[in-house]
Amino acid sequence: MEEMVRLEHITKKFGNNIIIPDFNITIYDGEFITLLGPSGCGKTTLLRMIAGLETPTSGKIFLADQDVTSLAPYKRDVNMVFQNYALFPHMNVEDNIRFGLTMKKVPKEEQETRINQVLYLTQLETFRTRSPLQMSGGQQQRVAIARALVNNPKVLLLDEPLGALDYKLRKKMQLELKNLQRGLGLTFIYVTHDQEEALTMSDRVVVMHNGVLEQDASPDVIYHAPKSKFVASFIGENNFFDLDGNKALAIRPQKIQLCKEEDETSAGNNKVKYGTIVDVVFCGTIDKIYVRMDNSNDTVVAYQYLNDTIPWKCDTRVGVWWEKKDEVIVEK
Amino acid sequence: MKKGKLLVLPGMMWLAIFFALPMLIVVAVSFATRNSYGQVIFNFTLANYQRFFESLYLRIFITTIFTAIFTTVITFLMGYPLAYTIAFLPKKWQQPCLIMVMIPFWINFLIRSYAWVIILRSQGIINTFLMKAGLIVKPLALLYNDYAVMLGMIYALVPFMVLPIYVSIEQLDKRLLEAASDLGAPPMTAFRKITFPLTVPGIAAGSILVFISSLGMFVVPDIMGGAKSALIGNIIQNQFLAARDWPFGSALSIVLGVLALILIMLYYKVLEGQKGGTNNEKELA
Repeated sequence: MEEMVRLEHITKKFGNNIIIPDFNITIYDGEFITLLGPSGCGKTTLLRMIAGLETPTSGKIFLADQDVTSLAPYKRDVNMVFQNYALFPHMNVEDNIRFGLTMKKVPKEEQETRINQVLYLTQLETFRTRSPLQMSGGQQQRVAIARALVNNPKVLLLDEPLGALDYKLRKKMQLELKNLQRGLGLTFIYVTHDQEEALTMSDRVVVMHNGVLEQDASPDVIYHAPKSKFVASFIGENNFFDLDGNKALAIRPQKIQLCKEEDETSAGNNKVKYGTIVDVVFCGTIDKIYVRMDNSNDTVVAYQYLNDTIPWKCDTRVGVWWEKKDEVIVEK
Repeated sequence: MKKGKLLVLPGMMWLAIFFALPMLIVVAVSFATRNSYGQVIFNFTLANYQRFFESLYLRIFITTIFTAIFTTVITFLMGYPLAYTIAFLPKKWQQPCLIMVMIPFWINFLIRSYAWVIILRSQGIINTFLMKAGLIVKPLALLYNDYAVMLGMIYALVPFMVLPIYVSIEQLDKRLLEAASDLGAPPMTAFRKITFPLTVPGIAAGSILVFISSLGMFVVPDIMGGAKSALIGNIIQNQFLAARDWPFGSALSIVLGVLALILIMLYYKVLEGQKGGTNNEKELA
């Protein structure tokens, strides 16, 4: 795999605030990589630094092995899809898309071919002369993507591009984006705080927290083998049981089994802990059962599928157990 | 709902009594004549409007329009960079700068005009300084000419240009400039293709304010202008106060008013064009 973007010892301070203490990463050609983290973790700042819209306080940025650290954004071969699209309101769809081509002085004929291509890709052919002000969020989103893609950038940067869309449309656009990326073989750097989005779309997920890289791995590894308590709790729901020293045990709610206090045969040889159900939440495909554990103030959450045999009720005493293989040990 | 409508009543009455009614009176008077004592006599005539087309008044009217255009252009050339600079200052500096632009409004306009007289007259600050410095032997004729009038008008009206333009630049989504830069536009091109077209409504608003204000301006030419630099505002003032020819003064006022109205309608056209973008289809998906 060829290297596409490399960040070397990137630091960023705003005034006296250190946003990013020391960040290193290499991103390869054709990867769909997601920077995932809560708001304020520095993920957008990193993306903007790659675009050139922000300058690192120190460190170096390489784009296809060329040092672009001090290169102005308009000289960089990357394009960005902005969070609120940032479409030019005084231009129609076609002129928005043409903007980058005109700037790069692409010959008129080639402009037409490329515009037609991206309009086809984003299913916007019928919107050519429409003003972005007269389009829905999902359509504007597609214009923003078309406007970036038409430039054939080495890397496409996406800053929470689906954040403003409703749930259904977001799901649909996730698939469309992923297919687009696969079809074109482009490098996508995607920023989101939505862990589900990160897991479904990415080849690689970089979890960030307070400007620090917490874990950099495939979605599967991030979910099943989180390194730290932060990653384990940020990605999906999790239950933690403190261990000696600097470690904790993490068990996913769907791996937690419940049994009646008086009948723990289902648990087999596994150790059973006891508690009282404090809440039962209906979530559609699952019920979430919250159990307050004896001898501690910890609440454990367990997922029960609808066809599970026992209809759990509040204030019932239960046994809680899990299989040894479902235990994940994380750093606190 | 009914109570809500009643709330509008005092305001409507105010407008009816103090705006609509006087306006109608002016219109009526403009078609009237006067007797030798200056009394208005209501017998319908178009003579006042015909008089407007006499070469003397027509010339003054054209001079007034050119002065207004010139004032508008200069205040724009001065005001846009100023508004732009203020709008891109850090937030905490913007307010103080805007207040500095507005401070002159707190002082009576007449006094401010006389201040210019003190600065520009033969024994004024500039001439005294230049003579003491030995750069000139005779005082320069800085006051009582057309240039002084222009200077006074530009000075008075720059804030009217700065404020609307500032608002339109301040409201501009700065991410559009980032997007332009991201798409390969150097700063000057981004300004030309994004910032400028999107601030046209502010420019139009400022221009209208300045242009209309300078059309009716009479204090500045009165105080800073020479004997020959009368503008249409001075003529109107004269008709009402000195010549006691209210009908003719009213007719001139109506002509000015209609011109202003046409300009404001043009302004709304500009605004509408902005909103529609370059598209032809108006229907939504």
